[in-house]
Amino acid sequence: MPGAISQWFSAGDYLLALPMILLSIFALGILLIDLMLPPEWKSINAWTAGIGLAFSTAAVIRIHLAYARAGQGVLSYTGFMGSMMVDRFAIYFFYLFLVGAGIAILMSAHYLEIERENHGEFYALILFSVVGMMCMAAGFDIVLIFIGLELMAISTYVLVGFLRSDRRSNEAALKYLLLGAFSSGIFAYGLSLLYGLTGSTNLQLIGEHLATHMRENPHDPIAILALVTTSTGLFFKIAAIPFHQWAPDAYEGAPTSITGFMSVAVKAAGWAMLLRIFLSGLYPMRPIYVPLLVFVAIATMTGANLAALTQNNLKRLLAYSSIAHVGYMLLGLIAGSSTTPSATGIQGILVYLLVYTFMNLGAFAVITSLRRRDVIGDEIDDIAGLITRAPAEAVLMLIFLLSLAGIPPLAGFYGKYFIFLSLIETGHYQLAAVAVLYAVFGLYYYMRIANAMFMRKAVDTRPVTLSPAMATALAITGIATVGIGIFPDLFIRAAGWSLSIAQPLQLTSLFH
Amino acid sequence: MVPITTLHYLVVAAALFVLGTIGVLTRRNVVIILMSIELILNAVNLNLVAFSRLYGLHGQVFAVFVITDAAAEAAVGLGILIAFFRNKETVNMDEVDLLKW
Repeated sequence: MPGAISQWFSAGDYLLALPMILLSIFALGILLIDLMLPPEWKSINAWTAGIGLAFSTAAVIRIHLAYARAGQGVLSYTGFMGSMMVDRFAIYFFYLFLVGAGIAILMSAHYLEIERENHGEFYALILFSVVGMMCMAAGFDIVLIFIGLELMAISTYVLVGFLRSDRRSNEAALKYLLLGAFSSGIFAYGLSLLYGLTGSTNLQLIGEHLATHMRENPHDPIAILALVTTSTGLFFKIAAIPFHQWAPDAYEGAPTSITGFMSVAVKAAGWAMLLRIFLSGLYPMRPIYVPLLVFVAIATMTGANLAALTQNNLKRLLAYSSIAHVGYMLLGLIAGSSTTPSATGIQGILVYLLVYTFMNLGAFAVITSLRRRDVIGDEIDDIAGLITRAPAEAVLMLIFLLSLAGIPPLAGFYGKYFIFLSLIETGHYQLAAVAVLYAVFGLYYYMRIANAMFMRKAVDTRPVTLSPAMATALAITGIATVGIGIFPDLFIRAAGWSLSIAQPLQLTSLFH
Repeated sequence: MVPITTLHYLVVAAALFVLGTIGVLTRRNVVIILMSIELILNAVNLNLVAFSRLYGLHGQVFAVFVITDAAAEAAVGLGILIAFFRNKETVNMDEVDLLKW
């Protein structure tokens, strides 16, 4: 029946999906153009991907402006019959994904030539995974969230195994694939149970039905099973202990620029999905999931900080550090869903993810630049004496490490500050004390790297050369890490804006 | 003759899910692990289609998406496995030992 479709979908729906549509077009374009490119022109692929990200950013800005024009009253635009909700929260994450992918592409351009794996698929897969992430952040229907998750995850499996002749990369991809697919299966089982309990796939309707259900039957075993399986899948994706085993292996084996990309953009997407599901769909079950979160958060901080102490591989060490950061962020979610909910906790998570994007990508950019034809450059010995080989890089690395440890006035401090503040606001004094203690642990293993860079003699004395793209990536991440630390106001307000907490607002209405 | 209710389907799906989970956790052959993951996803499909009898078409649409996803995952999984096999000549998980498991 002609015309029927247009009753369901309006042009506005397509505007909301425009960032994703543009990225998909560019990704497909890269796949086609790559076939016709002679080997020496492969850098065109990186440029095309960059232009695609720029177009997508323009589309996000267009949606952003629509909010600015609509004023305070409009909190969210939904499209595709309520399954996609591009609210301020989603826009905030869109920017994060685009920045993360952009810096990862800058890091990759020269690195792939060294590895002799400079294929267009690499950039196409990065763009496709960003499309998946956007579906996860903007999805308000479990079907869309699941499909976005899988699009992102499957693209990342391939990216991790992209160095086909490197056995570490093969192994990492295989482990990541098996554990990732397993966790997606468990997650999907949880979603199917949620659908069965509530009769709906829309997160808001799930939340409403679940609230009624929990009032009538507060200890329904099926509801608890649904909660446990769903959160298992979510914890897998953000790599929280006890579901973290894939992370150190995948991070160590993956191409270094992809390790950086995974540790920020993929993780941020996991967080977007987790916050959406916990704070809207599963919110009525918070008396049950808060103890679960406390357990996972403490296990994550303890396990990751202890394991990181003994690592000698830089990528593995940063993998454990990134797991530890997940532990701190989980504390923000605990504060955000306690009996007197504190929006500061959620705001803290968003600020944390923003600063983490820059400081962690920066650290991985330094490690990527150590790669040569004959040196892998990811052991602590490879970074020894960096101050004599590349003084500017060594100082930048020190800034990133101090920021990761949470030393003021660098960016990382503000992430931790808001999380700890929210814990104190909600009266979780013990948790705050434990978290501060582990932050000190963190300082020790970050300083081990700094010690190697500044105090030890270089094993390999050749100076480090930087490609222009890599220098740009380092400059952006360095300036952002210092800049956010010195002028945090703007970024903290941006995080508050994305939660629309300019005025006092109940957490339950954050996403409606 | 007892009529087959939604509950029967759910029990079968739960059994498939448990079998798949046990398979992933105990088997050492990567191909069998991939098959166990398919088993889990099919448990999900059965759940969704069974619930669809109560609530309408949403569940069946979700099931179609899950089937597509399972196919994509299997394709990528076998591709990675072949890349791995070319370098290492094994499909046994115990010999995947370069990185600490």
